[in-house]
Amino acid sequence: MPDPHASTVPLARRAGAWFLVLALPAACALAFAWVGGWLSPQRLTPRRLIDQFQANAGVHPGYRRNHAKGVCVAGHFDSSGEAAAYSVAQVFAPGQRTPVVGRFAIPGGNPYAPDGSVPIRSMALRFALANGQQWRTGMNSMPVFPVATPQAFYAQLQAGQPDPATGKPDPKKLAAFFAAHPETAAFRAWAKTAKPSASFATDGYWSLDAFVFTGPDGQRHAVRWRMVPEAVDATGAAAPAGQPDYLDADLRQRLAQGPLRWKLLVTLANPGDPTNDATKAWPDDRRTITAGTLVVDSEQAQDSGPCRDINYDPTVLPDGIAISDDPLLPARSAAYADSYLRRTSEEAHLPGTARVDTKPQAEAHP
Amino acid sequence: MNNTTGLFALPARILHWLMAAAILAMLFIGVGMVASVSERHAWLLRIHKPLGIAILLLAVLRLAVRLRNPPPPLPADLPAIQKLAAHASHWLLYALMIAMPLVGWAMLSAGGYPVMLGDSLRLPPIFPAGPVAFAVLRHLHTWLAMLLFLTFLAHLGAALYHGLIRRDGVLASMVGGSRKS
Repeated sequence: MPDPHASTVPLARRAGAWFLVLALPAACALAFAWVGGWLSPQRLTPRRLIDQFQANAGVHPGYRRNHAKGVCVAGHFDSSGEAAAYSVAQVFAPGQRTPVVGRFAIPGGNPYAPDGSVPIRSMALRFALANGQQWRTGMNSMPVFPVATPQAFYAQLQAGQPDPATGKPDPKKLAAFFAAHPETAAFRAWAKTAKPSASFATDGYWSLDAFVFTGPDGQRHAVRWRMVPEAVDATGAAAPAGQPDYLDADLRQRLAQGPLRWKLLVTLANPGDPTNDATKAWPDDRRTITAGTLVVDSEQAQDSGPCRDINYDPTVLPDGIAISDDPLLPARSAAYADSYLRRTSEEAHLPGTARVDTKPQAEAHP
Repeated sequence: MNNTTGLFALPARILHWLMAAAILAMLFIGVGMVASVSERHAWLLRIHKPLGIAILLLAVLRLAVRLRNPPPPLPADLPAIQKLAAHASHWLLYALMIAMPLVGWAMLSAGGYPVMLGDSLRLPPIFPAGPVAFAVLRHLHTWLAMLLFLTFLAHLGAALYHGLIRRDGVLASMVGGSRKS
């Protein structure tokens, strides 16, 4: 029954009541909008990061927004058992063999970029553990990352955006970025002598970010890892000049002769080694163990291969491996998720998404 | 089994307030984590999945409680259109409380992700992996969340309207205590 006093309540009180009825939901809606970033256009969000990739390289529907040009590979990982003392992850148990679906790629959002346009190659892996857990990792063929934070990474992308007049990044903007970011020095020193390799097989790949292993004794260990190739090239072997697409052919040719192998080396940090700064390498004398051998024995084009629908989010980790306090890791996870949603939406032809390329296969997958 | 106390059953009231807090937190966690590239993204994501499954279990329990304990009737003089809105919005809330976690779970399954609720607790996939299914379910998760948030706002506004303007005991029936009439 309605309150019989309702009609005798003073007008001011009724106005106050109506105010609350409307203001509380409105305040909730405002808070929601604030948390969701709609009221803070300056906040760095995954969407803005991926938009910047698109601004730099164009929109290539169906492709990853970064490391767009690549190839699927498959194989397995044989554990040596050496890492089992430091991590309870099943993948490191002695004698354990774990199937792997991977991907080699070159950085950048352009799936048609010439292989020789960058000196960096990447290796992404998804280990499917027998217990149903997964370990996903994305590694690059350089020992340090140029920047330490997502904000600096975004600034670097902005500085590298091609000038519409020249189609190339503005050297002045790049110089200004590097001047403002001295943490890029180690990367720049590496890049000065780095040459685009002629093969994915002869490169080593670094995790760059730090992670945390948890051992059977419950002890936590800060680690970084890298893949060291078994294959070596004759000294001075360089990429074929004037050819845009040689990495894929090289990989196919090598795999026709037999599997390719990498040793997985895990470096354990000393107390005080930075885990939150991927621009800083740890000293060479740190304890390093050989966790096992990665064997790659097949490859497939990325448009039909099993790596196509995998988001190599480096924060998808099994029990025994966890993320560290490295600020790049959550940013990679968030940005990869946005890129993954864009490209899967394009594959699904959802309304409002960019239309998937109608270029002939040969061109779409050089 | 008519409700003559004028109150929701005690288990229903406990579940209501517990889930109100959980669902509201979940909506803010969800919208916050997808708009963040900071450490927040990682720890919100770690809460989001187990909390979502907890809400699913609580929602099933709550549905059972609701079916066993009919709620107090709405005031007899409430206009028919408001009665309809009340009933429709409540069943919509129930549907969304159950659908949201299931869509999230199915979406991760379709994306090929392991559905981890903690360091080692893993749920089995409930949907075959595929990019098209992932994209559709991922967008559905967002749109249902927006619908759930709007329904929550309407629910909050209506509760305040009953409690402050009509003062008809509807709010009291869920807050508890003695019902004025």
